[in-house]
Amino acid sequence: MLKAMHKTGLVFFPAFDWAIDPTHPEREERLLYTQDQVTEEGIFDIPGIIEYKPALATPKDIQRAQFCVPDEQTITTESHLISAGGAKVIADAVMGKEVQNGFALVRPPGHHSMRVSHGGRGFCHINIEAIMVEYIRTRYNVKRIAIIDTDCHHGDGTDNIFWHDPDVLFISMHQDGRTMFPGTGFPGELGGPNAKGSNLNIPLPPGTSTEGYLYVINNCVLPVLDEFKPDLVVNSAGQDNHYTDPLTNMNFCAQGYAQLTTLLKPDIAVLEGGYAIEGALPYVNLGIILAMAGIDYTGVVEPDYNPDKLKQSVSITDKIKKTVDQINSFWAQRLQLRDAAGTPGELQVRHREIYYDTDNIFERQKERVIICRDCGGSFEIDSRAMPGLHILGVHIPINACKTCIEKGYEFFESAPANTYDRIYLMDRPKDSYHTK
Amino acid sequence: MIIGLDVGGTHTDAVILSKNGIEKSVKVPTDPADLFNTVLSGFTQLLESIDPSQIRRVVISTTLTTNAIVQQTMEPVGMIVSAGPGIDPEFFRTGDHYYAVSGSINHRGREKAPVNEMQIQDIAGKLKDAGVEYVGVVSKFCVRNPSHEILIKRILNKYFKQVFLGHHVSGNLNFPRRIATTHLNAAVFALHKSFFEAVKKSLAEKGLTVPIQILKADGGTMSLEASMHFPGQTVLSGPAASIMGAIPYAPEGQDAIVLDIGGTTTDIAFLVDKAPLLEPVGIQRGRYKSLIRSLRTDSKGIGGDSALRVSDNVLSIGPDRQGPAMAFGGPLPTPTDALVVLGLMDTGDREKALAGIHTIAQGLGLSDEAAAEKVFKTCCTIILKKTFEMIDQINSQPVYTVHDFLEGYKLSPQKILLLGGPAPYFAKKIEDLYQIDTFAVPESAVANAIGAALARTTCEVSLNADTEQGIVTAHEEDFAEPISKTFSEDDLMETAYNLLREKAINSGADPENMDEVEVVEYQKFNIVRNFSPRGKIFRTKMQLKPGLIKGFEKMLHQRGNHAQSNA
Repeated sequence: MLKAMHKTGLVFFPAFDWAIDPTHPEREERLLYTQDQVTEEGIFDIPGIIEYKPALATPKDIQRAQFCVPDEQTITTESHLISAGGAKVIADAVMGKEVQNGFALVRPPGHHSMRVSHGGRGFCHINIEAIMVEYIRTRYNVKRIAIIDTDCHHGDGTDNIFWHDPDVLFISMHQDGRTMFPGTGFPGELGGPNAKGSNLNIPLPPGTSTEGYLYVINNCVLPVLDEFKPDLVVNSAGQDNHYTDPLTNMNFCAQGYAQLTTLLKPDIAVLEGGYAIEGALPYVNLGIILAMAGIDYTGVVEPDYNPDKLKQSVSITDKIKKTVDQINSFWAQRLQLRDAAGTPGELQVRHREIYYDTDNIFERQKERVIICRDCGGSFEIDSRAMPGLHILGVHIPINACKTCIEKGYEFFESAPANTYDRIYLMDRPKDSYHTK
Repeated sequence: MIIGLDVGGTHTDAVILSKNGIEKSVKVPTDPADLFNTVLSGFTQLLESIDPSQIRRVVISTTLTTNAIVQQTMEPVGMIVSAGPGIDPEFFRTGDHYYAVSGSINHRGREKAPVNEMQIQDIAGKLKDAGVEYVGVVSKFCVRNPSHEILIKRILNKYFKQVFLGHHVSGNLNFPRRIATTHLNAAVFALHKSFFEAVKKSLAEKGLTVPIQILKADGGTMSLEASMHFPGQTVLSGPAASIMGAIPYAPEGQDAIVLDIGGTTTDIAFLVDKAPLLEPVGIQRGRYKSLIRSLRTDSKGIGGDSALRVSDNVLSIGPDRQGPAMAFGGPLPTPTDALVVLGLMDTGDREKALAGIHTIAQGLGLSDEAAAEKVFKTCCTIILKKTFEMIDQINSQPVYTVHDFLEGYKLSPQKILLLGGPAPYFAKKIEDLYQIDTFAVPESAVANAIGAALARTTCEVSLNADTEQGIVTAHEEDFAEPISKTFSEDDLMETAYNLLREKAINSGADPENMDEVEVVEYQKFNIVRNFSPRGKIFRTKMQLKPGLIKGFEKMLHQRGNHAQSNA
């Protein structure tokens, strides 16, 4: 009899009446054929697969993860809130042990949305995984979380949100930034001075096939996870590595995605990108769902799948091996790297420039973080958007030490009101958010 | 005058209704081993001293197919399924004669792999050798493109009595359910056909020659001729009959709960502005899941004859029935005995009822009266708890658009309609406990037959228009037409309405009872490839809602000139 070996929760929210604009890849039609496929397969009838209705994320949920400028309402639509709310519903189902694992098939996506969000970039306005992760940490008191981003684009938003956080391991595997939006995610990007090595970026050469993806999972991601020992594994399950995706140049396939899911065993998967809506998504999503539920997926093969045409060249295999070796050596040295990154108590400054391709905004940031050995370190971000506002966001990390909490309030209180349009304080230990 | 006859598990009820209300009602025992004679004796008693030429409508609801499934007396059926990519079709095996074949159609209805005609020929030979006479053919995504099913049927036709195709079953997607439903239609076809041909012949001999209508699980009717293609739709028409019988008393413009309290179980259903709620996909009972349109009902194993037990000071009610109440000679105390002890019911042997309840009272350390009260209250609580769970479930059903998420309908019943023998006693108690207006339906003992008599013809059409591929289809109706790039929502609705009307007339609908048309679903998508629009996809489902035929409802409130005759 057909039955899920692992009880699996699904939120399916295709937002059939929402688009960025009518011909945008992120449009109504995107999950239509996926819905057709999973409905025709009778997925929701399988004992052990439970479909949940999404909920609305609240401004409070977003304020645990991001500074929305000027505020949450202005830069989101209901669809964003339902998408983030859908991820939350899955988190509740998994954390409440109603299901063993869960998959939020929601849109729009979120992984390009950063700590400060002035609007849409890479089709993302708010970061649905980060919102979910912060919700889980506050509500269920989970300490160590790993986020594995398998979208073809560097998950720069999630990377940025957890940049200074040593308790959240963020690994992104993606097409080489020199060939693709957002142009970041190189092996040297390892996280902030207090959290070196808790962000790992694995760029893959164009043309990487199933062999390459599974090599990275087996030889880098899984060993790192073994050492990190997360309490929870989240997969940002982008589906644009597929050989038919119109925006990327990779050779991954539905069988590969299903195998990757079986190996990674995520507690929660959240859909990210993926725009081959007819030829890839129906099969990839089906494969991921079956893999999560522990149901045989060997029959999930694209009609035009031809493994010979998708074989990766020897030079690609070599490049991937070299990258993996490099990442593994960074991971092994992460504690030394943190020691070398700065002296406790000192303030370290970094400047960043961020372009919002979806909303055509240019942002300049100056970030100051306290070097701390006891916690992730409080930091402030001075951010000016053009067009847009000039703001200051102060973040006190959830496991902040006493000194960093005090320092965070000092940042907030001493910030000159006349310099900024808005000043925000995100006090994660108290789960509070203030604006002045 | 019109006739409704409902074959139940223990009794068969039949009524004659006129514009003046109930003219006559009869109750005969059901003989599950001989349903034909059960139906016939119902008609014989009903038509005594009635001029058959006065009858202009006959609706029958039977347990024929339900029994065949339960008793596993279905015909062996050959199934040929083509799945293409996805879950292994072996999981959906229906029996020994089940073959998964090559051939694949994708979600847009495009052929991805052809049918292998040699393979089909070979299977036809094997089925023939095994003595199989009926075959079902189902291909994945046949509702988008049925050409593989049609081709396979063409090869099989000459070998078998009848070939059933998956795309005729429903416009809904769900391959496993379509396999199960097609199999069911094929497996009960011969039984259904011979049964109703015999009924038709016997009624004709009695001078009753009006076309016979058969009640479906969705609370609507279909003509006898139409039922031959989809005999599976008659499964579980019994609960539907009762629910339809409650509609005359349902509030207008409000939601209502219908509870049919029987001997062993209580059926639960919901009405929205006098129209019953339907299952979103199709009937499901336990592991059995189908695409058969059905009222949304569920049952709880608790009724008037449920066995009462106490262990470790805890009272349990049902789910089994060990016989009638002790007041009526049964072996174990039941909720009915509690009603007798409380003096609410004045039939049956009070001494015996008291003896039964006394054992319960001792186990609970209560007085007899208090124990009876506890039993009664617990029954109400269990039934209502299940009801509220169903409402929660209905209201937390997933939605797929922002609009439905924000503005979707929320079921909030303000009235309870009670059916079944103990209904009048329960009404007041439930009202006291839950502060919801509760009402025992008059003539509730024959509400099922009234429901059958008054049910109007229902049907549904599903259309899919794809302007990129230039075609509008309703494959369930064998309909496909070319369309231009400018095909619009209005064109779609017009096409859908015409198809629905035609289907309804073919199913025996009376044109004056065809105004309750509802658009169940409508979606429109732009097809965009490489950032440029290529066309549009439109989808709609339109239905004739379940409800009552016109002209009879009003008089039911007036309970006059009614001759009850019991067998």
